Amino acid sequence: MVQSSRHDIVIVGGGAAGLRAAIQAAEANPDASVALVSKVYPMRSHTVSAEGGAAAIAREDDSLELHGFDTVKGSDFLGDQDVIEYFVEDAPRELALLENWGCPWSRNDDGSVATRAFGGMTTKRTWYATDKVGFHMLHALFQHSMRFPNIVRYDEFFVTKLLVEDGSCQGVAALEIRTGEFHAILGRAVILATGGAGKIFPFTTNGTIKTGDGMALAYRAGVPLKDMEFVQYHPTGLPGTGILITEAARGEGGYLRNNKDERFLVEYDYGVGDKAELGPRDMVSRAIIQEFEAGRGFENRYGSYCAVDLRHLGEKHIDAKLPFVRELARTYIGVDPVHEYIPIRPVVHYMMGGVDTDITAATPMPGLYAAGEVACGSLNGANRLGSNSLTECLVFGAVAGRNAMAFARGSSEGDPARLVAQAGEEAARVEALRGNGKGAEQISSLRVEMNSAVEAGCGVYRQQDSMAVAAEATRSIRQRAADLNLKDTSKVFNTELVTALELLNMVELAETLAVSALHRKESRGAHTCRDYPTRDDQNFLYHTLAHRTEDGPRLDRKDVNLGHWEPQERKY
Amino acid sequence: MAIETRMLTVEITRFDPDRDEVPKTQEYQIPAQDDWKVLDAINYIKDEVDSSISYRWSCRMAVCGSCGMMLNGEPKLTCKTALSDYDSKLKIEPLANFPIVRDLVVDMDGFMEKFRKVKPWIVRAKERAEDMENLNEKGTFSQSPAQLASFKQFSMCINCLLCYAACPVVANEPEFIGPAAVALGHRYNLDTRDEGEAQRNAIFRGEGTVFSCSFANECSEVCPKNVDPAAALNQAKLAAVVDWAKGLILPRGGA
Repeated sequence: MVQSSRHDIVIVGGGAAGLRAAIQAAEANPDASVALVSKVYPMRSHTVSAEGGAAAIAREDDSLELHGFDTVKGSDFLGDQDVIEYFVEDAPRELALLENWGCPWSRNDDGSVATRAFGGMTTKRTWYATDKVGFHMLHALFQHSMRFPNIVRYDEFFVTKLLVEDGSCQGVAALEIRTGEFHAILGRAVILATGGAGKIFPFTTNGTIKTGDGMALAYRAGVPLKDMEFVQYHPTGLPGTGILITEAARGEGGYLRNNKDERFLVEYDYGVGDKAELGPRDMVSRAIIQEFEAGRGFENRYGSYCAVDLRHLGEKHIDAKLPFVRELARTYIGVDPVHEYIPIRPVVHYMMGGVDTDITAATPMPGLYAAGEVACGSLNGANRLGSNSLTECLVFGAVAGRNAMAFARGSSEGDPARLVAQAGEEAARVEALRGNGKGAEQISSLRVEMNSAVEAGCGVYRQQDSMAVAAEATRSIRQRAADLNLKDTSKVFNTELVTALELLNMVELAETLAVSALHRKESRGAHTCRDYPTRDDQNFLYHTLAHRTEDGPRLDRKDVNLGHWEPQERKY
Repeated sequence: MAIETRMLTVEITRFDPDRDEVPKTQEYQIPAQDDWKVLDAINYIKDEVDSSISYRWSCRMAVCGSCGMMLNGEPKLTCKTALSDYDSKLKIEPLANFPIVRDLVVDMDGFMEKFRKVKPWIVRAKERAEDMENLNEKGTFSQSPAQLASFKQFSMCINCLLCYAACPVVANEPEFIGPAAVALGHRYNLDTRDEGEAQRNAIFRGEGTVFSCSFANECSEVCPKNVDPAAALNQAKLAAVVDWAKGLILPRGGA
């Protein structure tokens, strides 16, 4: 039996983008009901793990033109320039709003908000709250959201299907994790804000909840995924766990060193101005791999690594600006950065690709919107600049909240009986999976196979032959995932069932990633193909679209919105 | 550089309300890797031994606040606690002082309600549009580093609920609003941008019963983020009394 409820709009995901969308919709429309559905309590969302900061111009030496061009160039000219122009213009207002809502931004002595340097940014425009920026932003947003009685939360509800009638998205089917009951949560528009999919990889900064659920929901409903081949490796993760050491470590003056104790990035010269360490993430990650290949990496039980060196900053500066880095290094590898190198290696961090959206946060499906990492607008193109994504969650979360509500106001309610019936069919599908006791595939081992396949084929450096192997392997893994063996028959907080549903989402995305990557025979941003080492604007200056078919993704293309920034060689 | 393992016995609370009258325990033998946290051991059991065990976790870097449990009777974040802290036997139970939903998962509804009661947001007398005179040209409030420092510590709470599991008052008085909620309410009272102190103090004095706090200090001892909720409680108790006394002198409620 499916329970049903009706709201004006339904938001899936309770991180920065979802909360910002909810606040936008609820504040502007006190009479409207806004459902906020999340598989975890909102303060557990992965926004919480972001560390370094959020970008928006704030200083006299900065301008919209500079922030815009930095972002376009960082994207290797695959970013949509209409989206980027809107983003840089709205960014300062959004970060100021967050300040008004209580975010404890770090301050200058005069009481104004402080900013720090970040990779690929020509001046200090990254707002920060020491090095726990995502944590403070998320908690400020969540706590502020509690004041709105018209935000109706569904905490620990796992959305398994978009409810679509007459081609328009009108709600979601969701498993209430605590009871095992199914719900049809109906609304005249739906916003996806579920974040990225780092967990398709074995070595990632992402928390275990980052399984790309929203991308898979849209993909199964017939909405294309865009630019899935572009995966960001953050240069500095702790070997073993993949825990993030923020780029702010370099922004505050830290060095990267190889096993000869050299500041090797000086040779590569990717930095902005005279700061060699402040290159964009794709380039710095490649530089580290090149150091490994040249035998200049350190070695430990987890393989090769380089080092973040903060020692010259001194204890006082480290404790004032990078206390979380110190806490993480001490707790997770027993290293005190005041006195020692922090071992690091490139680690999967962020998906530039996602659900195809435009400047209005709309997807091609009427009534369906997306914002934050789940979406691909595309602000980030082929490579995201550090500290643009937290701001992106706010800017496009607000856009999605505004436009979804406007869409809802202008459309009529679908037939609830048909929507609830759809949810009923979905409930039966999931019910059949729960504790099925048959099936040949174990969840955890198939997940390991998927992780290994994408890492082998779609790492920092890629090759046609290994990508082809990954495409074939992920296709086979997707097919085998239809035969999972579940043992837990309980309805109450059945995390085995949730894990299976997450894996079913991830196998779809792993395949779109491998297939999209294989097709792009050039090197652009984070997609670095050894067989095709240069960018090819003649043939590949377009977004990749992946449409779902039973046989695997069907690829299509979409034009990049170019503007007044002409594509040019990307040199720093 | 070789990875060393040792066999460790882990005893875990199991409870499924559909089948069990009361919680029971189950033992697992695991090959504990020398650099594992306790969470790694539980994940090993979930992936390799018994997929039916339920618990919450996500970030595995001590900031999402999901994975608090009782480890040999003490509330800890399992992702932050080294497995090597436990020699021979480790007993893992759900957080104390909360109803159990299943296995290691507790019911947080009560906390979420208390949390909302303290109005954990910036309260302003005026709407933003009428408040612009108090903002600078960039649309932000001015706040000095010292003013920020006055509340920053209390804003570090990750809502992991270890303090509730440790609190002797929560155990006996379920209506006591509790350490984290008071720390977060007090955080806003100390924030120069906020004008809601009187409202929160009324809540602290009234239904929140902050005076129940016996200052046992257990909450601060178990806090994994050094928030020091006991200090917040002490300060909040004092402020609530002062505010109440002002109310006696100034009939309109003082501040």
